[in-house]
Amino acid sequence: MNWSAIKAIYVTEMARFFRTLAQSFISPVISTSLYFVVFGAAIGSRIQEVEGVSYGAFIVPGLIMLSVITQAISNASFGIYFPKFIGTIYELLSAPVNFLEIVLGFVGAAATKALFIGVVILGTASLFVDLEIQHPIAMVAFLVLTCLSFALFGFIIGIWAQNFEQLQLIPLLVVTPLVFLGGSFYSISMLPPIWQTITLFNPVVYLISGFRWAFFGLADVPIGLSLLAIAGFTALCLAAIWWIFRTGWRIRS
Amino acid sequence: MSAIVEIEGLRKVYAGGFEALKGVSLAIEEGEILALLGPNGAGKTTLISTVCGITNPGGGVIRVGGHDVVREYRQARRLIGLVPQEINLEPFTKVIDTVRFSRGLFGKTRDDAYIEKLLKQLSLWDKRDSRTMELSGGMKRRVLIAKALAHEPRVLFLDEPTAGVDVELRKDMWDVVADLKADGVTIILTTHYIEEAEAIADRVGVINKGELLLIEEKASLMARFGQKHLQIELQTPIAEVPEALASHGLSLGEGGDVLHYAYDTRGERTGITALLNDIAAAGLVMRDLRTEESSLEEIFVSLVKEDAA
Repeated sequence: MNWSAIKAIYVTEMARFFRTLAQSFISPVISTSLYFVVFGAAIGSRIQEVEGVSYGAFIVPGLIMLSVITQAISNASFGIYFPKFIGTIYELLSAPVNFLEIVLGFVGAAATKALFIGVVILGTASLFVDLEIQHPIAMVAFLVLTCLSFALFGFIIGIWAQNFEQLQLIPLLVVTPLVFLGGSFYSISMLPPIWQTITLFNPVVYLISGFRWAFFGLADVPIGLSLLAIAGFTALCLAAIWWIFRTGWRIRS
Repeated sequence: MSAIVEIEGLRKVYAGGFEALKGVSLAIEEGEILALLGPNGAGKTTLISTVCGITNPGGGVIRVGGHDVVREYRQARRLIGLVPQEINLEPFTKVIDTVRFSRGLFGKTRDDAYIEKLLKQLSLWDKRDSRTMELSGGMKRRVLIAKALAHEPRVLFLDEPTAGVDVELRKDMWDVVADLKADGVTIILTTHYIEEAEAIADRVGVINKGELLLIEEKASLMARFGQKHLQIELQTPIAEVPEALASHGLSLGEGGDVLHYAYDTRGERTGITALLNDIAAAGLVMRDLRTEESSLEEIFVSLVKEDAA
């Protein structure tokens, strides 16, 4: 393993994050506060409790997932797209590194940034509602796995994208709807039966359900299934990236 | 000397069907400066990109320092530095950080003393904390060279290092290349500028349409294709070339005071002594003599034309 290459990529990617630290810190704080004002106060005043948990607290896991997934994708996709766009990718391609090392550097940094934002949101949320985390280890594991798997997914988008519009396309048209419809702000059991079945095809449901279980011990789907889903998604993304580097798809002519 | 870069039967066909390299074979000796000349689209950049790992080879074998660039890419690539044609730099990064990044990427541990020496050698030390977007074009090119040398490679590829660089900076760049050669680095550069190859290369390779037309010592190439040209300035202008000199194939310049004589340095006899004797015998008084060698440019043009024919 070329550890120094992984470190070099990771440090450089993190440096970009630190250059805009204030922005990275303030924007999740503001957006989380807004969600609490809108969903927590306005809607929460009508829905008192969901399965014994106050609505304000109930939406916290979904809210964290929403931001973490979005951030992991955008950081990782931009991280690898930018060198392609400005041409500095030549250096990565000519360096003595394999696909795993490049991925560890870029995805590791993107996941770290997303994790940071997840923690900031958790901190902000705890100012609004009382939070008790029933399974802290599982909570951390779900958070880290989500950051990693969606950073991997973002990395694929960054390689696939040939312009800035395409970079936004999948997060906007696929990921955001899936996250919103994945039970971020409601329990699946609140849906009509037919939609409950349809929702089970949305992979994000399993993530949010598992994450919420770690907080409150409540889950829409069995926890084992949630773990299996996220592990499967991670493996799928890794396999896709391995294939990309093996064939040089969209990066090596 | 032994070959540090060996290329055998290298082929490359791009996805669109364009055949960029048609079985190029080439051995580059350790410590030499090799200039690859060729028109646009000749395959120069594809050749370099394939050796460096940016483009997948379509067929053939490339070894650097005895390591196959596909199977033993780690060992091979550690020996190679690449300065690309385009100025590609992350705009917001500081000079010293981007150079350190390159060193790390190639698996070397941080060495501040070496980076300082390198930046000083390239006159970049004063600019080490500048963001790359604040630098002039020439300085950016130097940063690219510093990045390519950050991991102490033994072979340096320079893809059109002086394209779009003014004359002064170009000379500057040649000095840098000469310093690198003195340090024992093998240098392969591609160029449009024949004078560049003429000024700094030990050997010259000519590529056209994906084929290596020739590769040889610059001096012997010059000698082989070297047409020389003698200009004889006369004290008094004449109306036509005297009958006695007709056998020499002279031509008379416009003012009537310059005689032109072309000869081949490859020939056993250049005919110069006989010509000068005959001129004196014809009663012409010479004011000055000047000889000119044909440049690599002319050699190159004639080769490419031959290839097209």
